Parts: sequence; structure tokens; C-alpha cells
Amino acid sequence: MSAVLKQKSKLIVCDGNEAAAWAVSLADVDMVAVYPITPQSSLVEYLAKFIADGRLSAEIVDVEGEHSVLSVLHGACLAGARTYTASCGPGLAFMFEPYLRTPGMRLPLVMTIVTRDTLTPQSVWGGHQDAMSVREVGWVQMYCESVQEVLDTTIMAYKIAEHHDVMLPVNVCHDGNYLSFGAARCELPDQGEVRNFLGEKDVNWHVALDPQRPMAVDPLTGGAGGPGPSTFVRYRKGQCSGMQNSLEVITEVHEEWGRRFGRTHAPLVESYRMDGADYAIVTIGSMTGAAKDAVDEARARGEKVGLVKVKTYRPFPTQAFATALADVQAFGVVDRSVSFGWNCGPLFQDSITAMNYSPKRIPAMSFIGGLAGADLTVSHFERVIGRTKELARDGRPAETVWLNEKD
Amino acid sequence: MSMTQRAYPMFDSSTIPDDLCPIATKPTPMLPGDWRSMRPVVDRAKCVKCAVCWLYCPVQCVVERPAWFDFNLKTCKGCGICATECPQRAIAMIEEAA
Repeated sequence: MSAVLKQKSKLIVCDGNEAAAWAVSLADVDMVAVYPITPQSSLVEYLAKFIADGRLSAEIVDVEGEHSVLSVLHGACLAGARTYTASCGPGLAFMFEPYLRTPGMRLPLVMTIVTRDTLTPQSVWGGHQDAMSVREVGWVQMYCESVQEVLDTTIMAYKIAEHHDVMLPVNVCHDGNYLSFGAARCELPDQGEVRNFLGEKDVNWHVALDPQRPMAVDPLTGGAGGPGPSTFVRYRKGQCSGMQNSLEVITEVHEEWGRRFGRTHAPLVESYRMDGADYAIVTIGSMTGAAKDAVDEARARGEKVGLVKVKTYRPFPTQAFATALADVQAFGVVDRSVSFGWNCGPLFQDSITAMNYSPKRIPAMSFIGGLAGADLTVSHFERVIGRTKELARDGRPAETVWLNEKD
Repeated sequence: MSMTQRAYPMFDSSTIPDDLCPIATKPTPMLPGDWRSMRPVVDRAKCVKCAVCWLYCPVQCVVERPAWFDFNLKTCKGCGICATECPQRAIAMIEEAA
């Protein structure tokens, strides 16, 4: 990961929540609105401390709930501020109404989802169900693997969101428990270098609450019989274009980050030991660390297995994904959440859709694990690798496998 | 300042792509009086010019006359707050002619 340690950067040991707060501080955010919720709460406490200590000169608004969190940030963003919040699970659910409006208004907010399994059954532990449940709302979603990636991605998220070809809100997702509270070595980049990287703030050039630029923001487009529906379609298509444009912007921004800070992260999908792989496993988020270890062990035994990690999940990097898996005979997808409509994992569902663009049909299987904070260990991934190897041999996918069912 | 004058010209929306956030930069010529369904009528005998209606009117359409208060019916939207708040019960809301 860290090839070059830049002179002005600093090494600390912190968890993912603190790393996100450091990123917000380094990104010169103007307005933070928050409501605490497990496992995000300490992130908010770090931010409050940074602001109280004068490290970050932002306004922090402790509102009465998540619906107001995002409404406050809409106003701030329309007035030209760089904005940030973090939430998860039930908080994200309560935020849903303004959450739906944010991408349509093309507001480049950045929000961390410290992922948590959704109720019910009652759970305050990690799982991707909250973030996955909002995958079709129109926010860009990136999932992090490590504490360092949380910090780096949160800073990069501003550059991606505020790019004029994108102008969309970005969710940086990091796993509740495993990344939120797991401490690791983390390199803090220099404030000045982050400023140079991000450039001037310019978030309300297209829509503004500004007396010097009078306009009505988000008026009714009108119904059938008039130009309303075609106007609506124009904006919807614009939103889809912004999403598609973001794929290239995410790639460029990650490349620039690597050049400036000496740390590279795969922007869309990461191919790990895919050279000559006969079959592969697909992962997302912090589980990838244990999965890579399992792949290393299998490779040491002579197994021809590789791994593809999805970082950018929305928009789905169809081309990069299909290219990464083009030469395998089978793949197994491990999800930390459930698609109730398809009796499998949502990433699995996206994977087989993406592979539809591949010239050959590749058998695939869905594995679900790590729900409600369950640990996904190397031995779980050994099972995934073993089952996927069988699939490569017989080409007959079985029903979804629940990995932690008998732990 | 009249109703159509403004401190800054409306934003020129042709300077930005037309598929980002929907915005409107052409003011409609319609005023609330064009769509109001109820209008306030003052009973001059009851009005004591206490100015409570003037204070509460959300669109500030209450106009002072020599011995009573009246309303600018171009901008009155007929909300009836003045009638509710009037301590003398001097304001009645009547239906606009169809």
C-alpha cells in the first residue's frame, strides 16, 4: 500500500471512524450536521472534538434527527458549503426522504455509511444491508477495505462528487465493527497537499440559494399534457449520465491520488492474483483482507484461484468487472447482505447482470456471510474457494450458501 | 420597489447544462389574487385600527386607510389569518365569485 512516505505526512494509529473524521478535517469541510447512531457515534465525537479543538473550522449542527441532518446540509450546499455527515441503519432509514432528493438536485455531499445490518431482528452490528438497501437511489457508493482506504477515499470523495461532469453525492461505506472500531496504522497526508489536490470549492454553480443569483430551486416540472414529463426525462437522463461519468472520474482521481500521495487503491475493481486463475471469488468491503489470505493459502497449495474486489458499487463498474472475470470458468460472490427479492446477495445479482455483457456464460454462485457482525474468517473463504472450484468443474450452481449459519 | 423590480437580475440559466438540478428563472406574472378563493372584507364600524391584521398578514397586503384597514387584493392570497386574529371580529372571509 504505502510505497513512499511523504515527508510532511504523519503516521498515527486509529480506527476507521477516526480516519474518516481526519479526512473531513483535511478536506476543509464547512458544515457538518450529525445525529449519533451505533456504530457511527465515535466518528461524530471525533468530529466534534476536532471542531472544538479548532483543528477543523467547520460549523457542526446537532439536529434532532437524520431527516434534519440532510435537510440542513441541502441548504448549506446550496449556499456554497462543502458538507459532510455520517449515518447508518435506522438513521439512514429516517433520512430517506431528503436522501432521495439529494442526487436529483445534484448536490455533491459526502456521507459515510458505517454499515450496519438493518432491523429486524434487532442488531447494532455490522453488515451491508443498510447501504445495499439504498443502492438504487442515485448516490455514488464506494466500499473500503482498510482504515487507510477510509481516510484516502473520504478525501477523494469530495473531488469525485464536485467534479462538474459528476455533481452527485457520494457514500463512502466502511464496515461497522471491523473498520469502524478496528485500529490500524494510518498515514495522515499533509493539509496543504490535500488542499492542492482538492482545489477550490465550487459546489453551487448550477443551483444556489444566493440573493445575487435569484432562482427557484427544484420547482414542479408539470404533469401529462404539457412539457413536464419530457422535462422530467431530461433531468433523469442527466442524472444517469452523471453516474456513468463518475466511473472515469473515480479512476482519474484515484490515479492522481496515487501520484501525489504515493498510495494507490484500485478505483473500481481490484484484481488480486487473477493471473492464470481458473476460477475466482468476488468480495466487497473489509472481508477482502481475510479472503486474500485464503486465496494466498490456496495458491500455495497449487489452486488456480484469484479474487476480484468491488470497490465502486454504484454506479456498477460493468466493463471493469466483466473484464476482470472474462477468463475464469466459474466465480463465487460473497455478500454481507441479502437481496430478499432474489434469495441471494445483491452483489451476486449485480455480478451476473454485468456478466451478461460477456460473450460466454460463466457459472456463478452466491454466498452470504458476515451478517450482524459475524466474523468472516479465512476458513469461511476456504469453503467458498472449495465450492467455487467444484462449480468450475461441474458448471452446476447450487442455491445460495449461508456461511455463518452453523458457526 | 414595485412587484417586478428586483435587486439582481434573474440568474441566466443558459450558462449551465439543462439536465442538472431543475431550476426556474422566469417569474410567473400570476399574483395570489388571480387564484384566491376567499377574500377578507372589513366591517368599518367594528375596526379600531389596532393593526393586528397588519402585523399578522404573511404577504403584507394590509393597507392603512383614514379610519380602517383595507387589503391589496392583488396580493392577498385569502388565507384568513387576519380574520382569525382580529380581536374585534371585524373581518369576514367571503367566497370569491366563481
